Amino acid sequence: MDFGLSDEQEQLRASARSFLARECPARRMREIVADAAGLAPELDRQIAQLGWTGLIVPEQFGGAGLGMLDMAVLLEECGYAALPGPFLFSAAIAAFALAAGGGEEINSRWLGPLAAGDAIGTVAIAEANDSLNPAELTTVARPAPSGAVLNGVKMFVPYAQAAQFIVVAARTGPGPREVALFVVDARAPGVKVRPLKSLDLTRRLAIVELDGVLVEPAARLSGDAALFDRVLDAGAIAIAADAIGGTQRALDMAVEYAQVREQFGKPIGSFQAIKHAAAEIVADLEPTRALLWYAAYAFDALPREAARAAAMAKARAADVYSRAAGKAVLMHGGIGFTWEHDIHFWFKRARLDESLFGAPPFHRERVAALGGY
Amino acid sequence: MDLNFTSEEAAFRRQVRAWLDDNLPTSGLRGFDRNADRDQSTLNRLKAWQRRVQEAGYLALAWPKEYGGQAMDPVRQSIVNEEMVRAKAPALIGGMGIAMVGPTLISWGDDEQKTRYLPKILAAEEIWCQGYSEPGAGSDLASLRTRAILEGDEFVVNGQKVWTSNAHFADMMFCLVRTDPDAPKHRGISYVLIDMKTPGITVKPLVQMTGERGFNEVFFDNVRVPRQNLVGKLNEGWMVANATLFHERNMLGSTTTTRMLLNRLKALAASTMRGGRPLAQDPVFRQRLADLEIRVEAMNYHMLRQLTDSIRGRNPGLGAWVNKLVGTELNHDLATAAMEAMGDYATLARDDRHALDRGFWPYEWMFSLGLVIGGGTSHIQKNIIAERGLKLPKSR
Repeated sequence: MDFGLSDEQEQLRASARSFLARECPARRMREIVADAAGLAPELDRQIAQLGWTGLIVPEQFGGAGLGMLDMAVLLEECGYAALPGPFLFSAAIAAFALAAGGGEEINSRWLGPLAAGDAIGTVAIAEANDSLNPAELTTVARPAPSGAVLNGVKMFVPYAQAAQFIVVAARTGPGPREVALFVVDARAPGVKVRPLKSLDLTRRLAIVELDGVLVEPAARLSGDAALFDRVLDAGAIAIAADAIGGTQRALDMAVEYAQVREQFGKPIGSFQAIKHAAAEIVADLEPTRALLWYAAYAFDALPREAARAAAMAKARAADVYSRAAGKAVLMHGGIGFTWEHDIHFWFKRARLDESLFGAPPFHRERVAALGGY
Repeated sequence: MDLNFTSEEAAFRRQVRAWLDDNLPTSGLRGFDRNADRDQSTLNRLKAWQRRVQEAGYLALAWPKEYGGQAMDPVRQSIVNEEMVRAKAPALIGGMGIAMVGPTLISWGDDEQKTRYLPKILAAEEIWCQGYSEPGAGSDLASLRTRAILEGDEFVVNGQKVWTSNAHFADMMFCLVRTDPDAPKHRGISYVLIDMKTPGITVKPLVQMTGERGFNEVFFDNVRVPRQNLVGKLNEGWMVANATLFHERNMLGSTTTTRMLLNRLKALAASTMRGGRPLAQDPVFRQRLADLEIRVEAMNYHMLRQLTDSIRGRNPGLGAWVNKLVGTELNHDLATAAMEAMGDYATLARDDRHALDRGFWPYEWMFSLGLVIGGGTSHIQKNIIAERGLKLPKSR
C-alpha cells in the first residue's frame, strides 16, 4: 500500500510548474486568449518538445507510454497556469481514445504525429441535446461499401477549429448502447466547423457538422460503447485534474492578495472572515486532490473501480473549483470583478470545467448507480 | 502509487478478521458505542475488551516494542481499524490514552514516564482524560489560569477545568497548568500528568445535550503533583500541548467512524420508503447521498496519502491541517442527512419505544456536533489552517 506520487511524478510536477510559470504566466496567457484562434503554436511546440503531447502515447508511436496519473499531475499544472489551447483535449483524451481503440494504420497516421506535436486531435461527443448518454446520441454512422458515412451535428467540441482529426461518437444501430467512435479527418469533405463563442476564453469550442462524411473502416475505433465509456472517464479525470490545479491557483492568488491588501489599517488576511474563506478552500481542495490521484490511478490499474472513481473525482473537483473560484473573486473585492485582474479567467474556466464531460449531478447519479443505490 | 496490499498484509487482514469473528463480545456492548454515560459494569467489560485486543497484538501496532507496541508500519494499524469497523467492534475505552497522550509521551516524555505510563494505557489499566479547557479558556486555550506553584519536589495545583470528558471514571489526567503568570501567555504553561485520586480533586458532572453525563467540571484545591510528572520542560508545555492537539485532530478526523456512518446511512436510505420507492431512489436524496459518499471517499484517500507520507518520512504539508475540520463536519453532515431521511421518526427521543434503530441517529446527530466543537471548534480549525497552513497574519 503506497498512496502517493513517485519521485518521477514529483519531478514532472515541479518541472511543469516552473516551465509554465516561465513560459505561460498570466501576462502571456492574456496574449494567447487575445488571439482570434486562441492558439500559441510556439508554446505548443515547446510543450511537444518536453514530451508532454506524447506522455500517454505508447512508445511504438513515439510517446512515453506513461499513465493517467502522470497525465493528471501534468494537467493539474496546466490548470494552475490556465494554459490556453487544445493540450488537454488532444494529448489526454483524443490520445487515449486512439491508444485504446485505434489500429496500427490509424495510429500511425494520427497518434504518432500527435505525440510529436505535428497534429492536434479532439473529441466530439455532446450534441445539441447536451446529453452524454449513448442512448440519446443522434449522429449516425451508416455502413458504406468502404467504411461508414457519418451524418449529424456535434456541439461543444473543444478546439475543432485547430484540430487535424476529430474523434466522433456516433450511433451504429438503434439500440441504446449501439455506438462507436470514429476518427474523422477534419479536412474530409462534408466536415464543417463553426466556432462557438466560449465564456472561458482560455478554451475554444465549436460546432462540428458532419454531412455525409465518408470514413474508412480503420477509422472506427475498436471497443464501441465500452470505449465510449472509457473516453468519458478519461475526459472526466482530465478535467478534474485541471480543476484541482485551478483551485490551487485561485487559493494562491487570494492568499497572496490577502497578505498585501490593507483595510482598517491591516492586511485583510488578518481578518477571520477572509481566513475562513481561504481555509474552506484548503479543506475542499486537499481531500479532493487525493480523490483525483485515486481516480487517475484506478483508470489504469483498477478496472472494476475506474468508472466510479472517475465520476467521483469529476463531481467533486468541479464543485470544489467553482466554489473556490467564486470565493477567491470575492476575497479580491472590487478589483476581482474587473477585466484587468486575472482572477476572472480562472473563475470562467471553473465554469467550463464544471460542465464539460458531465456536470456534477450527472456524475453523482453515476456514483449512485454504480454504487447500487 | 500502489493500492494493492502485499500478500503479508492481506494475510494479516484475514488473521485480524478471523480473530474478530472468534473474539468479538456478543453481549452487553453495542457495536458502536458512543454512549459516554458508562456504568461500572459496562466500563469493566470495555476494559476487558481492550485487554483482549492488546493481548492479540492488535493495539498500538506502530508504537515502539519496548512500550508494548509492535513497531510495525501504520498500514497494519489501518488494517486493524478497518476490520474493527467492519466487524462493528466496540470502541476502545482507552482511546484518549492510545491516540492522544500515548503518542505525546513517546515524543516528549522521559524514559521513566514512558515506562511508567505507556503499558498501562494499552492494558486499559489507566484511563486518561484531558485537562485543557477552563471556564475562561476555551478557544483561547493559552489564556488558561489553573495555577501550579512548585514547592520543593511538588507542584501545588489550584483552579478549574471544564468539558473534561471521562473525568468521572478516568484514572489520570494530562493537564495544562500555568506555572509562570508573568510570562507571555504561551510561555508560562506546563504540561503535567495528574493522578485523579489525588486529594483535593473534585469532579462534578455536566449533562450534555444528549441528556447524558459525558463531561465534567474538575476542581483542584491544593492538589499536590510530583515534579517528575512534568512532561517536557517547565513553562514549555504549550509545545507539548500542541503535539497532543495534533494527535487529537487526527483522531477526531479519522475516517473509521465516518465509513461506518455512511454504511448505516445507505442502509437507512435503502430501507426507508418514500412515495412508493426507497429513499435512495428519490432523485434529490440520491444526489445528496452520492455527494456524501464522494466526500467520504475523498477523505479516505486523503488519510491514505498522509499514511504514506508518514511511512516515507515526508512532511504531509497543508493537507494534515484539515483532518479535524473535514472529518467531524462530514460525520455531522451524514447524521443530519439521516435525520432528514427519518422524517417524523427523527423527532423521537432515543428511549421512545417507536424510535428507529434504538435512537442511533438522533443521538449521533447530537454527539457528532459535540466533536465539531471539541478539540477546537471548526472556527478555530479554520484559523489554524489559515495561520499555520497558509501563513496568513495572526489577528490576535
